[in-house]
Amino acid sequence: MAEIKNIRRELHYFQVRLGVAGALVLAAFAILFGRFFYLQVVQHQYYDTKAEDNRISIVPIPPNRGLIFDRNGVVLARNYSAYTLELTLSKIADLDGTINALARLVDIQPRDRRRFQRLREESKGRDNLTLRTRLTDEEVAVLAVNRYRFPGMDIKGRPFRQYPLGEVASHVVGYISRIDDQDVDRIEESDQAGNYKGTDHIGKTGLEQSYEQALHGTTGFEQAETDASGRIVPRGTNVRTLAPRTPPRPGNNLTLTLDIRLQEAAERAFGDNRGALVAIEPATGGILAFVSKPGYDPNLFVDGIDPANWDALNNSPDHPLNNRALTGLYPPGSTFKPYMALAALELGKRTPTQTIFDPGYFIFGNNRFRDDKADGHGYVDMYKSIVMSCDTYYYMLANDLGIDNMARFIGQFGFGAKTGIDVEGEFVGVLPSPEWKLKRFKNPAQQRWFPGETISVGIGQGYNSYTPLQLAQAVATLANDGVMYRPHFVDYIQNPITGERKSVEPQAMKTIPLKAKNLELIKHAMVGVNKEGTGARAFSGAVYVSAGKTGTAQVVALKQGEKYSEATVAEHLRDHALFIAFAPADKPSIALAVLVENAGFGARAAAPVARQVLDFYLLGKDIKKPAERAPSPVPQAPKDADGED
Amino acid sequence: MPTAKIRQLLESATAKIDGPLIAIVLCILALGLATLYSAAYQAPARFGAQGLNALLALTLMWVVAQVHPQVFMRIAVPVFLAVLLMLVGVALFGDVRNGARRWLPLGFASIQPSELMKLAMPLLLARYFHRHEAALRLREFAVAFVVLAIPTAMIARQPDLGTALLVAAAGLYVIFLAGLPWKVIAAGITMVLASLPILWGVLHDYQRRRFLTLLDPSSDPLGAGYHIIQSTIAVGSGGITGKGWLGGTQTHLEFIPERATDFIFAVYSEEFGLIGASILLVLYLALIMRGLMISANAPTFFTRLLAGAITLTFFTYAVVNMGMVSGLLPVVGVPLPFISYGGTSLITLSLSIGMLMSIQHHRTLVQT
Repeated sequence: MAEIKNIRRELHYFQVRLGVAGALVLAAFAILFGRFFYLQVVQHQYYDTKAEDNRISIVPIPPNRGLIFDRNGVVLARNYSAYTLELTLSKIADLDGTINALARLVDIQPRDRRRFQRLREESKGRDNLTLRTRLTDEEVAVLAVNRYRFPGMDIKGRPFRQYPLGEVASHVVGYISRIDDQDVDRIEESDQAGNYKGTDHIGKTGLEQSYEQALHGTTGFEQAETDASGRIVPRGTNVRTLAPRTPPRPGNNLTLTLDIRLQEAAERAFGDNRGALVAIEPATGGILAFVSKPGYDPNLFVDGIDPANWDALNNSPDHPLNNRALTGLYPPGSTFKPYMALAALELGKRTPTQTIFDPGYFIFGNNRFRDDKADGHGYVDMYKSIVMSCDTYYYMLANDLGIDNMARFIGQFGFGAKTGIDVEGEFVGVLPSPEWKLKRFKNPAQQRWFPGETISVGIGQGYNSYTPLQLAQAVATLANDGVMYRPHFVDYIQNPITGERKSVEPQAMKTIPLKAKNLELIKHAMVGVNKEGTGARAFSGAVYVSAGKTGTAQVVALKQGEKYSEATVAEHLRDHALFIAFAPADKPSIALAVLVENAGFGARAAAPVARQVLDFYLLGKDIKKPAERAPSPVPQAPKDADGED
Repeated sequence: MPTAKIRQLLESATAKIDGPLIAIVLCILALGLATLYSAAYQAPARFGAQGLNALLALTLMWVVAQVHPQVFMRIAVPVFLAVLLMLVGVALFGDVRNGARRWLPLGFASIQPSELMKLAMPLLLARYFHRHEAALRLREFAVAFVVLAIPTAMIARQPDLGTALLVAAAGLYVIFLAGLPWKVIAAGITMVLASLPILWGVLHDYQRRRFLTLLDPSSDPLGAGYHIIQSTIAVGSGGITGKGWLGGTQTHLEFIPERATDFIFAVYSEEFGLIGASILLVLYLALIMRGLMISANAPTFFTRLLAGAITLTFFTYAVVNMGMVSGLLPVVGVPLPFISYGGTSLITLSLSIGMLMSIQHHRTLVQT
C-alpha cells in the first residue's frame, strides 16, 4: 500500500513539474506572439517602409536638354542618342585588366584611357564612369555578347550634345561637360540636387551655362527593384508592383537674336586674324553677331576633353578659349573720340564750328603729346576732328573738360561697367578717374591722379580699357539716340511641349539726356568718317549710308620721341585695330564694334571687317553669295586715309 | 485482395502511429516545404532534397514508433558512449568548416555527432534516473550534472553554441522533471546569474558580438547586426496577412541571409504574416501539449522523463529559433523544427517524435 501511495505521490510530483514546464511553454509562446504582434501590427508601417527602402531604388530619368536656335531657326545645339561603354568601379577588382581585356574587343584609344583616368581623378565619389562614347553598332553587339565576362561593365544609351556648326559662335553657345566637384557644390547650393540625379553634364560656358536652368528640364523618376547586392531586377520580373514612373519634362529651347549667317560672315571676315566683333540691334539690345577669334570646337568638351586637345587649346599663344568679346580688355583708341566730342557739346566746352590749330603735337607741362600726323592737321573743327581723327584736338579738349567731367559723361554710355548681358563672366574694364585710381592702387604715391594722365585718356589711351562688348553697347546707345538697352542673346525661351514662349523683352536700361542737335552733329561726323574720312576707303561704293569711327590702340606705350614702326615691333606688341559703326545712319538697324588684335591701323584692318558684316546684314539677306561682295581696293580714297589716329 | 485484408494491413501498419502527432507533424512539414519552395527559389534542388529528407524522416519515425520503449532504455548507454566517442573523434580528426570543428568524416558521409547528442543525452539521463528512481538524492543529481557537463563542454568548444545549448537544455529538462529540489534550482539560478560575468570572459569574440548586437543591432548594420535587422524587417513588413506566398521582397531580393535554414521563419512570416505565424505557433503548441500529455501518461519513470525532455527540447528549438529571427534572442544556429532545410535535424526530430509515439502506444501494455 505504502509502495503504491509512494508511486502515486511520485506521479503527482512529476505531473506538477510537467505542469510548471507547460506553463513555461505557454508563457514563452505568449511572449513570442506578443513579439510578432508588436512587429507585424504595431510596428508594421515602420518595417514595411524599411522593406520598401530595401527593395526600391529610385532611378532618375534625365530630361532631354533644350535646343538652341539662331533667330532664323538654325540649330546651334542639339541632342542625339548614342551608346557608351561605362564601368562601375566598385564592381571591378582589376580595373586595368578589365580595360585591357575590353580593348581587345572594341577600339579603346590611348586618349580614351587618358580621359578615363582624368574622369577618375576629377569625379571622386562617382562610381560610374564612361570609358568609350559613341560605340558603333558592331561594338555594341560584341560587348553585349561578352557582357557576362565583365561584371561592372554597362552599355548605356545616352543623349549626347552636339554643336553642328563646330567653331562657329562657339563662344556664344558655349558647351556642356561632365559635372565636376565645383558644379556639385553649386547644384547643391541652388537646391537642385534632386533634379540633377542622373544628369552627367552641365553647361560650363556661354549660353549653355547661363541658361542652364531653362535648358536642363525636370528629371523624371521611376522605381526599380534592387536586390541585396544592388543589382536591378529586370522589369516584368519584379517581386511586387512598383509605382508608375514620373516622366521627365524636357528643357526649354532657346531662340537667339543672333543671326548665325551673319555670325559666319563676320567670322569669315576676320580671316586668320585674332579679334572680336559684337553687333547689336540698337532698338532692342539683341545681339546679332558675337565673334571671338580664334574659336574652338565645343564638341571636344562634351565627353570630357582628352589631355592632348586640352593642352593644344589651353597652351596656344592665340588663347582660343578666351572670350575676347566678353573678357578681352582693350584701349578704345580713337573710337573714343565721338563720345569726347559729344561731351564737349553737351557740357558747352566746344561749339561745332570752333577750331583749333594742330601743329602735330600738344605741349602739356614738360610733356609733348604727338599727333599721329607728324606735321599736324592744321585748323581743325569738330567735324574734321572726328573725320580725320585729329589727336591734338582731343588732347586740348581733354585738358578743358577735365577727367571728372569725362568720366562722368562718358560713363553714361556703359564704359567701365557691366552691360548685364545674359552670359556669365563679363569683365568690367576701366573707366579712368581719380576715384578709380584711389581704389585701384594701394601705394599713396600711385593713387594720385596726374593732370597729364587726363590728356592720354582723351584719345582713348592711358588707363582706358574696355571689352569689345562695351564698345558695341556704347555705339548702339549712340545710334539709338541715348536710349540704352540691355544687350542679350536670347530672344525667347520656348517650352517644347506646350509651345509656350517666354520672351526676353527688350529692356531700356536708361535714356541718356542728350540734345538732338548735338547727337545729329556727332552722327553726321561719323557718317563723314565713312564718306570722306578714315573709313572712306573701306566703305567706298557702299549703297547704304553708314556711320563709323576708326581706332588704333597702342599695346605698348612709346617713349618720348620714339616712332612706332610696325615692321620693327614684335607681332603681339603691334597696335590693335578698332572700328565702331552703325547703319543705316538715319535709322540704324545694326551697331557694331570690331577689334582686330595686333593688326595695325583700324582703317586698314578693322574697318573692312565691319564693311563685310554691314554689307551682309543690310544687303546680303537677298544676295546668295555675300563673300563675292568683299571690298576691292578702291584707289580714290582720301589721300591721308592711312594716316589717321 | 479483398478490401478487408487491405484494411487490416493498413490498421496494423498505423496501429502504433499517434493520430494527433502525425497530423500536426504533417501540417508543419507541408508549411515548411511550401516556405522552402519560396526561400530556395534560386536552388530548386533543395526543395526536392528536402522532400526526400522528409520521406526518409517519416519512415524512420514509423520504424522507431514500432520499437518498444524498453529497447530505448537498453540502448541508452551504448548509444551515449558511441556518440561521446565520436565527439572525441571530432575533437581529434574533425573537419573544420566555417571556422568550427563539428564534422566527423566517415568516408561515405560526414555527420555532426553533436546533433545525435541531443537525443543520446536525454536517453542516458532518463535511464540513469530510472535506475535510481527509488532513492534519488542530491548525489544522483550531481552525477547527472557531471555527465551532462562533459559533452556540452566538448560541443561548446567546437565551437557550436547553439547545439551545446540544446544538449544542455535536453539534459536539464530530464534533471528538472526527475525532481531536482526547488531549493537547488533556486540556488542554481542565482549561481548562474552571479557567474554570468565569468561566462562572458569565456565566450568567443563572435559569440559576444552576437549578444551585443542583439541589444543594439544598428551598432553593426553590415556585420553581425545585419541578420537581425533584415530578418526583423522581414517579419515586421509581413503585417497581418503577409505579402503572399512567393511575394516576400526581403526573401526574393536576397536580403535575408540563411533564408532556407536558420532564418526560414523570416521568410514564412514575411509571406504569411501574423496569421501564418499564429497558425504555426498553435501547431507547435499543439505538438508540445500532446508531447507533455504523452509524458504525463507514460508508464515508467524512464518513459515519462524521456517523453517530457524530448517534448521540451522540441519547444526549445522552436522558441530559440523564432525568438532569434524576431530579434528577441541572440543569433545561435538553431533550426526551426520541421521547416528549416537540412536532413540531420529533420531526422533527429523524427526519431524523437517516433519515440513519443512508441511511448504513447505502449503505455497501457506495461502498466497492467
